[in-house]
Amino acid sequence: MNLDQALQTFFAEAHELLQVMEDTLLKLEGADQAQLSDDINAIFRAAHTIKGSAGLFGLDDVVSFTHGLESVLDRLRNGKIEVSDDLVVLLLGCKDQVSKLIDAQEGGEILSAQNKEEGEHLQLRLHAYMEENPQPAPSKILPMVPANRAQVEVSEKGEEIIDSDNWHISLKFGRDVFRTGMDPTSFFRYMNTIGEIIKIRTFIEEIPAAADMDPESCYLSYAINFRCSANKEAIESIFEFVQKDCQIHILPPHSSVKNFLFFIEGLAGDDLRIGEILVQCGSLTQRELNKLLEYQEMARLGATGSPEANKPIGVLAVDHGFVQPVVMDAALDQQDKNRKAKIKQQQLVRVDAEKLDHLINLIGELVIAGAGIEMEVRRSKLASMSEASLIMSRMIEEVRDGALKLRMVQIGDTFNRFNRVVRDVSMEIGKEIHLHITGGETELDKTVVEQIGDPLTHLIRNSMDHGIESPEVRVQRGKPAAGLVRLNAYHESGSIVIEVLDDGAGLDREKILRKAIEKGLVTADQSLSDQEVYKLIFEAGFSTAEQVSNLSGRGVGMDVVRRNIEALRGSIELDSTLGVGTTTRIRLPLTLAIIDGFLMGVGSSSYVVPLEMVVECIELPETNDESSDGRNFINLRGEVLPFIRLREQFHESGKAGKRENIVVVQYGSRKAGLIVDALLGEFQTVIKPLGTLFGNLKGISGSTILGSGDVALILDAPALIQRAINQESKTSGVEVRH
Amino acid sequence: MRKTKTKVNSYQVKGDLNIYTVASVKEELMPIVNTSMITEIDLSSVQEMDSAGLQLLVLAKRESLAKNAELRLVGHTPAVLDVLDICDMAGYFGDPVVISSK
Repeated sequence: MNLDQALQTFFAEAHELLQVMEDTLLKLEGADQAQLSDDINAIFRAAHTIKGSAGLFGLDDVVSFTHGLESVLDRLRNGKIEVSDDLVVLLLGCKDQVSKLIDAQEGGEILSAQNKEEGEHLQLRLHAYMEENPQPAPSKILPMVPANRAQVEVSEKGEEIIDSDNWHISLKFGRDVFRTGMDPTSFFRYMNTIGEIIKIRTFIEEIPAAADMDPESCYLSYAINFRCSANKEAIESIFEFVQKDCQIHILPPHSSVKNFLFFIEGLAGDDLRIGEILVQCGSLTQRELNKLLEYQEMARLGATGSPEANKPIGVLAVDHGFVQPVVMDAALDQQDKNRKAKIKQQQLVRVDAEKLDHLINLIGELVIAGAGIEMEVRRSKLASMSEASLIMSRMIEEVRDGALKLRMVQIGDTFNRFNRVVRDVSMEIGKEIHLHITGGETELDKTVVEQIGDPLTHLIRNSMDHGIESPEVRVQRGKPAAGLVRLNAYHESGSIVIEVLDDGAGLDREKILRKAIEKGLVTADQSLSDQEVYKLIFEAGFSTAEQVSNLSGRGVGMDVVRRNIEALRGSIELDSTLGVGTTTRIRLPLTLAIIDGFLMGVGSSSYVVPLEMVVECIELPETNDESSDGRNFINLRGEVLPFIRLREQFHESGKAGKRENIVVVQYGSRKAGLIVDALLGEFQTVIKPLGTLFGNLKGISGSTILGSGDVALILDAPALIQRAINQESKTSGVEVRH
Repeated sequence: MRKTKTKVNSYQVKGDLNIYTVASVKEELMPIVNTSMITEIDLSSVQEMDSAGLQLLVLAKRESLAKNAELRLVGHTPAVLDVLDICDMAGYFGDPVVISSK
């Protein structure tokens, strides 16, 4: 196995686990009793797995820090300490510290002195939670100080503490156990109700050859790694009914080396096997096993004085060939411990994003090539060939959809990050604010997800800082003292909509307008709709916050948010009711690579709009054309539909054909018509971005290549709709609702 | 790889696989295991299984492995999966089983 690769996997996994830890920690406070223990277990498992995997890679910093954390979590899990605000804050801090440690390892850097100090401080605070520890000699069990564990020596008396947190139980049932109506599995089921079987190994070696085997006799024995807070007596009592004819060895957690040694020597002649098994069961670590064997060897040496002769095969094997299998086993053991995580991982394949992008590019080319073939085939008028090409184009479409889906991720993970943001910010600004997340399962393109984080953070901070009032004001206004920020996502006509809602004060139209006039963004005599007024807050250098806080109010940000969103071909809109709250709605395209387009012809050029935006196509009535001359709207079933002539818009040469068509497009709640010469139908459109040179072109968002090799322009429908509406309301003065 | 047509001998466990049935199942099953290159044990009607049942399956598997023959378990019922899971023996048999999401 390539260690480097494995290490990368570990980093990725660790980050995921830390995220899980954070999410769960944030849930702790509100959780009910049943949920609470699940959550604590989840946090513990995350810490435990990180520690284990880090140990495998020899990341001592991570191991020693996580160990302290794990110990406190274990106490929490066993109900020895209670969940408190303070503890959650501390644990969050620890999570951050682990994250920093892993980041440092990942980047091959050394942790800064300040971070180290923070780490030590956290260790001390963690230690405080260990203090009222009723267990004997806790300091031995838990090296709280980041000690270099490899340096711990086995004393002559063999009293070193084994740092396994679990019971080790070995069971060898009597031959008649089945006949007496006992079933070992029922014990295990019961054990899982009072604790957790971390790892079990069934020994089948004693089953005799088929001819001699009595199926009603029991030949099985078991080694179990059991995590449980009960004492030894309680665990022994599980096996009360079979105690008589059964060999049971129960080794408590943190057993001394001597016990294990006794166990090894007492149970079987083959040290190697048992040692391996113990490692496999996680009752011993590999290091400890080596120590044990060394110790044993030393004892033997001392006893006889002729070293080579008395060395059993097992020990020799340790000297020479042992390391390899143990490393393997330790890895296997790790896998078992993380079985749940692994199962999840087996269902998932990690792929380099670059490879995926390459695939999408290739498929883009394939789509274009396919369109070329389709055209040629149509021209050739060969029935059999056109059938084949039809099948091919359908397959291409499916491949395209499949490939694009690979890039789709759920937005939930991104949303969950904000739990922390909201928590931290609400503490900082002294308002109690809750975050409510819905629509986390909505999927969108990975690139978009990655880039939406920053703008969302800004919007949420903004909502918390400006939107939501201080508790006193809220109570005065008859609202609950705790503010609410909601994050929501859903799909709508080919785009994804992300909403940030707050139940705060809402936007003050007059205040914004006043400020805008002051800044010279608008003139006093302009009549603006609410929407237009709200949009002003996205202008550069605009802020109405009376108090400039750490978070917002400095007038940078909202315009950055808008630019970020627009860079993703998205748009942003605001809805607000004074005193009730504000909704910020971000609308983003589902994908940035390939879309289903609708192809239209104007003169000799072709244009494409995203098919999802097209509502209907109608013929432009000639009479209407004359009567509405100079006016750019028609009456569409009683509705005013503003339209734009693409011929004029893009200065196409030539005269309009006899028949013109209106393509009705919709974006959000707005509709407009585009007047074109010809409707050319559905077309798989590979979006080729326009170079920076054309970045400022209005109304065009990209280009694509047709089957014939010609270039078609992709229309920026939202911008065109807006233009149609503006033009319409300017020339006719008719109020267009939107 | 060389493709040979090897006959698959199937054996259906009728009813449960527990201490009450293992003796008779062994009588029926082992001759099949001993004489086939590929044995398929159909567990689809096993509503109850215990360690004795598991032990018998282990025996059959081990005997097969010993003579390089193949033993497949098919039609795992929840009861079978439960025992395999709790004793962590699914890997020993190596049959594809559906992992239920718990």
